[in-house]
Amino acid sequence: MTKYLVDGTILGQRSLSPDIRVMEIKAPEIAKTAEPGQFVTIKTNHLSVPLLRRPFGVAGVDREKGSFLLIYRVVGETTHLMETLKEGDSISILGPLGHGFDRTHKNALLIGGGVGLAPLHFLAADYPGAQVDVLIGARTAKELFWTELFRDKTRRQIETTDDGTWGIKGMVTTPLPELLKEGQYDCVYVCGPSPMMRAVVDIVRPTGIPCQISLEKYMGCGLGACLSCTCSGIGRRVKVCKDGPVFWAGEVTAW
Amino acid sequence: MVNAEMMKRLSVKVAGLSMKTPVTTASGTFGFGLEFADFVDLNQIGAITVKGTTLKPRPGNQGQRIVETPSGILNCVGLENPGVEVFLKETLPKLKQYDTRVIVNIDGDSADEYGELAAMLDVDGVDAIELNISCPNVAQGGLAFGTSCTAAAEVVKAARARTHKTVITKLSPNVTDITEIARAVEAAGSDAISLINTLVGMKIDIHTRRPVLGNTMGGLSGPAVRPVAVRMVYQVAQAVRIPIIGMGGIASWEDAIEFFLAGASAVAVGTANFQDPRLAQTISEGIASYLIENHFDSIQDLVGLALPDR
Ligand SMILES: Cc1cc2nc3c(=O)[nH]c(=O)nc-3n(C[C@H](O)[C@H](O)[C@H](O)COP(=O)(O)OP(=O)(O)OC[C@H]3O[C@@H](n4cnc5c(N)ncnc54)[C@H](O)[C@@H]3O)c2cc1C
Ligand SMILES: Cc1cc2nc3c(=O)[nH]c(=O)nc-3n(C[C@H](O)[C@H](O)[C@H](O)COP(=O)(O)O)c2cc1C
Repeated sequence: MTKYLVDGTILGQRSLSPDIRVMEIKAPEIAKTAEPGQFVTIKTNHLSVPLLRRPFGVAGVDREKGSFLLIYRVVGETTHLMETLKEGDSISILGPLGHGFDRTHKNALLIGGGVGLAPLHFLAADYPGAQVDVLIGARTAKELFWTELFRDKTRRQIETTDDGTWGIKGMVTTPLPELLKEGQYDCVYVCGPSPMMRAVVDIVRPTGIPCQISLEKYMGCGLGACLSCTCSGIGRRVKVCKDGPVFWAGEVTAW
Repeated sequence: MVNAEMMKRLSVKVAGLSMKTPVTTASGTFGFGLEFADFVDLNQIGAITVKGTTLKPRPGNQGQRIVETPSGILNCVGLENPGVEVFLKETLPKLKQYDTRVIVNIDGDSADEYGELAAMLDVDGVDAIELNISCPNVAQGGLAFGTSCTAAAEVVKAARARTHKTVITKLSPNVTDITEIARAVEAAGSDAISLINTLVGMKIDIHTRRPVLGNTMGGLSGPAVRPVAVRMVYQVAQAVRIPIIGMGGIASWEDAIEFFLAGASAVAVGTANFQDPRLAQTISEGIASYLIENHFDSIQDLVGLALPDR
């Protein structure tokens, strides 16, 4: 699939929580071709600080309008710069990169933690199967804007918070075994911090339900050239940026 | 776009290697070239220098491999590559479809291994080999060859004896006197020299209080190293007669011009490919415009103009 390097235009952005924001970017090439699970890398300036482009999952597209969404947490240099961008400002976009989710199943359970929910938001909006439920792992009630974002795209939203300020107290793994028993899911999709994904995979795999994971590793080029983000797969080395970021659980061994 | 008139001014010959433009890619930053085909017309760059290749496949280093530092990056990829046999069987046939030069960067654990690799790569489709005697990220060989004149000379001789291709030796900046090594590899029969490889550095995470990189130390590249690279090209240009391929932090055509003035006959774009994947091609347009505006008929007229004897 063709990849593009384009200057996108910021159509707007707003805060979803104290440190998470959503940004809409006009870039027709990306909006028309991106699939759920793919990502873009961005650069806010042409300077050597910050030097590397930064990867972000595509969080949604409006194919007619030619725009797409990023949902990002403000953590460092580039995300601080992104926060200051105004409507009409330009931003360099490289993408769409990597491979998206397999969407050939019927009933899906999406499980996400933190900004790992961003690519799942796109998946929920563009899932051809019968029904989609989402299990949302948040730190506190402040992050429960996710429920609103998923409300019109999913049948059911189940929330957990670390501190019990909303939904079920605990982690996504707390309600998961029950959900899997009653949900009749044909596929589970998970994206979030690695420890969370490992814990989810440990619970899902014995049930035999296929499970896809979306990995996050520090990337240099995003094109499969620099070998920053490789990991071990079955009988081969895989590149998260090119062969992933979405893999079948079990397809990659050490991550 | 570079037109025919521009192309004429841009073509160079680096030892036996004829290049359409004086711009190649720095090994390890451009994959096998094919990864960049959506952004660069591979027929329009001087040469593709491919990722470091070894006799046997290598998985590379564990843990985090790249981290950003001020105007640069540290990497400890550790020469992950599928091995020379896979390169010859799977990658080279694809590269042959392009009308460009292919430079294969090779790494061995001993002088004999460099010789063996050179012999295996003495095939149609490969135009030159680049001896990486300067990798800071592998336990054996690597940097050790690049910091000793005798060891460097042995590697060059071993490779030279077993190939008909142009032999380029890639020098490490992690030495006290770069000119000594440069003279040693010239005397041993190297056709050209490329420099610089990365400078050894490290970064510590103040929250975990541990080194960030999986291999503790890594190689620094990007604009941060450019002044060091320009200085070393300038020194080596005065020490040897063989041509130089200059690199280290080149991110624009202006940066490239500096290297030509310091004495490089060609340049390589490295880390900057990660910022702008078109650069290996577009940088030539800027160089050509500079030549036209300043009335230089050929890039070769620019080489070494900043040297003291010029
Ligand atoms: C495929 C992929 C998809 C991603 N999708 C999203 C998303 O949708 N929303 C979102 O908020 N974040 C996402 N991330 C993480 C995002 O790339 C980092 O938060 C971002 O690079 C931080 O940049 P910065 O300059 O603000 O921070 P920096 O100043 O660079 O660093 C701040 C912190 O972020 C970490 N970091 C920096 N670069 C990366 C990286 N490439 N991968 C992982 N951690 C990194 C650093 O180690 C450091 O701890 C994704 C990462 C990957 C690999
Ligand atoms: C991720 C990465 C991988 C590299 N791998 C190799 C390699 O395999 N062989 C080699 O000779 N140099 C390797 N280098 C060094 C570059 O080819 C180049 O000499 C150096 O990065 C300086 O140029 P730059 O600042 O333009 O990147 C690598 C550099 C980077 C950043």
